[in-house]
Amino acid sequence: MSSPQQTISIAGENSLIVYFGDKPDAAIASQVAQTAQQLRESLSQVLIDLIPSYASLLVIYNPLQTDHNAVRQSIRRALSNLTYDENNESNKAQTQGSLVSLPVYYSTESGPDLQTLADGAGLTTEQVIAIHQQTEYRVYAIGFAPGFAYLGEVDPRIAAPRLATPRQKVPRGAVAIADRQTAVYPAQSPGGWNLIGLCPQRMFDPNANPTMPVQVGDRVRFEAIDKQTFLELGGQL
Amino acid sequence: MSGLKVIQPGIFSLPQDSGRFGQHAVGLTTGGPLDSNAFRWANRLCGNALEATAIEVTIGGLVLESTTTTQIALTGADIPLTINKKPAALWHSHAINPGDRIELGFATAGSRGYFAVAGGFQFEPIFNSASTVPREALGGLTQDGTALQTGQLLPCETVKDHRDSQAVPKHLVPDYGNNSALLRVVLGYQQEAFSNLQKQVFFTSQYAVTESSDRMGYRLKGSKITPSIEGILSEGICLGAIQVPADGQPIVLLNDRQTIGGYPKLGSVLSLDIGKLAQLMPGGTVRFEAISVEQAHNLLALDHHQFLNTALESRLKTIAKSTKP
Repeated sequence: MSSPQQTISIAGENSLIVYFGDKPDAAIASQVAQTAQQLRESLSQVLIDLIPSYASLLVIYNPLQTDHNAVRQSIRRALSNLTYDENNESNKAQTQGSLVSLPVYYSTESGPDLQTLADGAGLTTEQVIAIHQQTEYRVYAIGFAPGFAYLGEVDPRIAAPRLATPRQKVPRGAVAIADRQTAVYPAQSPGGWNLIGLCPQRMFDPNANPTMPVQVGDRVRFEAIDKQTFLELGGQL
Repeated sequence: MSGLKVIQPGIFSLPQDSGRFGQHAVGLTTGGPLDSNAFRWANRLCGNALEATAIEVTIGGLVLESTTTTQIALTGADIPLTINKKPAALWHSHAINPGDRIELGFATAGSRGYFAVAGGFQFEPIFNSASTVPREALGGLTQDGTALQTGQLLPCETVKDHRDSQAVPKHLVPDYGNNSALLRVVLGYQQEAFSNLQKQVFFTSQYAVTESSDRMGYRLKGSKITPSIEGILSEGICLGAIQVPADGQPIVLLNDRQTIGGYPKLGSVLSLDIGKLAQLMPGGTVRFEAISVEQAHNLLALDHHQFLNTALESRLKTIAKSTKP
């Protein structure tokens, strides 16, 4: 089902950008992922790359082999093939992405901001941990750093602003919250998100296939594990 | 393996092939040569595939010693080149013998040189590319995004016979001398959030390249332009995108750009002009000119055919005799 708010704009000499709406939600995330998948097939030879994001898809093509009008036509065809119906069982697998479960060792030891976040929210750390696990998140975008997946949306009760002073070093695997987004840091890096736990699973491994356990449009659930399990799964404190 | 030994790495020397493509979905940028025109000529002079790995030398200072028989070429910025202390021409291929010392001085015009070797440097690719992106810790000789280091051996093939030296026709060698550039722009993205007045200010003003310019983006300074919106949902960024943050000073995003971002964008600089921008030193000036996407496609096709249809000029065999006993 193609909806009238989808628009195609020029981004540059070899890029068109498709806008699916002005705020992220599950339906839009699914449309972005489906359109990307279709264009990967229909544009194959002339496609240089795609960047799916919250509510848009950047389509980069080879301008020596095609032009923006032909690419627009392929995009329109892909949009007209879109399906999104929560209740249609046969469409579910196609439209809802994979469901990926990520283990998390939540604690004040592995999540140095857990206590502060709980205090600020007027909750116990146990409640924060429970609420973080209750939501099934969507992968809205991947960027900022290799393998950094933006997941939304965090329950407003545990949403928390970025730290006033970002940390110089956030460890690989840190599970974090910023506003209504959550993420797992794919590598050690600077960062200003609130750290609430550690995930032992690699989110970005250049030598693995696939490189990442998730892609844009997938669904993610977090599952609490204890320290022992975390260490057994290769986690490091 | 034979190759070229790094005696001095220079200020900032990065192995680059044509770029890392098809990996945006996991958040990887493209990398690749900032001045793709100078890069392709360097490879062409060495008889290489146009995607072959060369070294992008920023400002200069690179000193190499060969352990093999090969052919090299340096294009791009005006960086004095000597082979065994004898001056050697840029935009020109040169025969190299084992023991030869290749020294690059420091740029007198432009800022990026491209040093290619016959067959291309043989680096193990990561994500299908040898391009070095320090911010992502990917690519290069050690695959971890580090610039060249003293003592490294940069592997390359041994050539059996030196071919005649070749040169790029003089009229195609760019002049980097006046530290200014006209950049053509395809309007796009959030261009409607910039009023006609704001666009007029942008296209009639001169902007200066600031010190905080690097392979990620060139930050410009000049007349402030103000879009009607402050931010957008983060979206994909293409090469050359002109982003305008709240301070109204445009940033042109280059090869090592972040893949997604949330600042309003006015459009994108034509790829043929990205190299001109990246050759500017801080204080260099740019002006912008709007073109249609159809004009952009015509210019790209014309450039492509001109490049393919231009013959290199053959020169007599230059044999760099070792000055050492």
